[in-house]
Amino acid sequence: MTPNPYLFIIIFVGVALVFPVLPLGLAWLWRKFFQPPKPGPDKMSIYECGVESIGDAQIQFRSQYYLYAIIFLIFDVEAIFLVPFAVAFTGLPVGAFIAILVFLLLLIEGLVWAWGKGCLNWYQ
Amino acid sequence: MDEIDENLRRELQRQGVWVTSMQELYNWGRKNSIWPLQFGLACCAIEMIATAASRYDIARFGGEIFRPSPRQADLMIVAGTVTKKMAPQIVRLYNQMADPKYVISMGACAISGGPFKQGYNVLKGIDRYIPVDVYIPGCPPRPEALLHAFMELQRKIDEQKLSGVDKAAHLKPEQPSEFPVPKFGEHDLEPPANPDLFQPPKIERRS
Repeated sequence: MTPNPYLFIIIFVGVALVFPVLPLGLAWLWRKFFQPPKPGPDKMSIYECGVESIGDAQIQFRSQYYLYAIIFLIFDVEAIFLVPFAVAFTGLPVGAFIAILVFLLLLIEGLVWAWGKGCLNWYQ
Repeated sequence: MDEIDENLRRELQRQGVWVTSMQELYNWGRKNSIWPLQFGLACCAIEMIATAASRYDIARFGGEIFRPSPRQADLMIVAGTVTKKMAPQIVRLYNQMADPKYVISMGACAISGGPFKQGYNVLKGIDRYIPVDVYIPGCPPRPEALLHAFMELQRKIDEQKLSGVDKAAHLKPEQPSEFPVPKFGEHDLEPPANPDLFQPPKIERRS
């Protein structure tokens, strides 16, 4: 008689539950009966790098970083496509050459647009 | 908790019965899995790194898991010169470690300021602010010396009691787990030493 194929999964889930829960339970019992808790302002603090935290974690980022992300994309995608283009340059047919030129033109157009819009200036 | 009679235990072992106590089991587990806090301050840290690497291999003693967080560390190896700028951070990191916690003061600088003792910016020993378990002299101490200190610490952990009057400090509710963090004063750290831990040696002059 072959056992139910799901039996192994049930055993696996059981082991996966007992394995972490048992030590945690033992540690909890140990703390309850032996080790007195000693909380304090340093121990309960959120950060643990030795330096006291300054200010709030919930801050607003300036919307200007969004423009930077977009312009970064122009240069980044351009570089990714330009490297294989340059490597395979001598073996490329005319159609592929024109296609990459159109692609470059699109990106350069985006850059010119961003430049003309004044996105490359940093406003305080 | 009564001690087991050594002769009886040996006799039982010969018959294939292993007798142990909760305290021995607990200490055995603890002393063989000491996780140090991963931070170094000066050239002693290089020796500490060498100790952790394959040639000296602190993993043989169960101490290879250097933790980047004080919450997961048992042992603080103060490896190097403690400047007065760094001392509050070290005390704070020690405070954030979970009990039981131990400190090895590695090298002449961490013990007393070492060759920089006369410097205006160097703390004259980390034991002014936190309790130290094992001191290793040397400038810097060789990895063997750190391993020796590690074994001494293991021996110390092995002797800790779980109950009774002389039980380990982390099991006593009245023993503090956190020590006051010094502040930057006008000329020195305020206070210059924790008076509960450190008393400067008094010089008696005889006329």
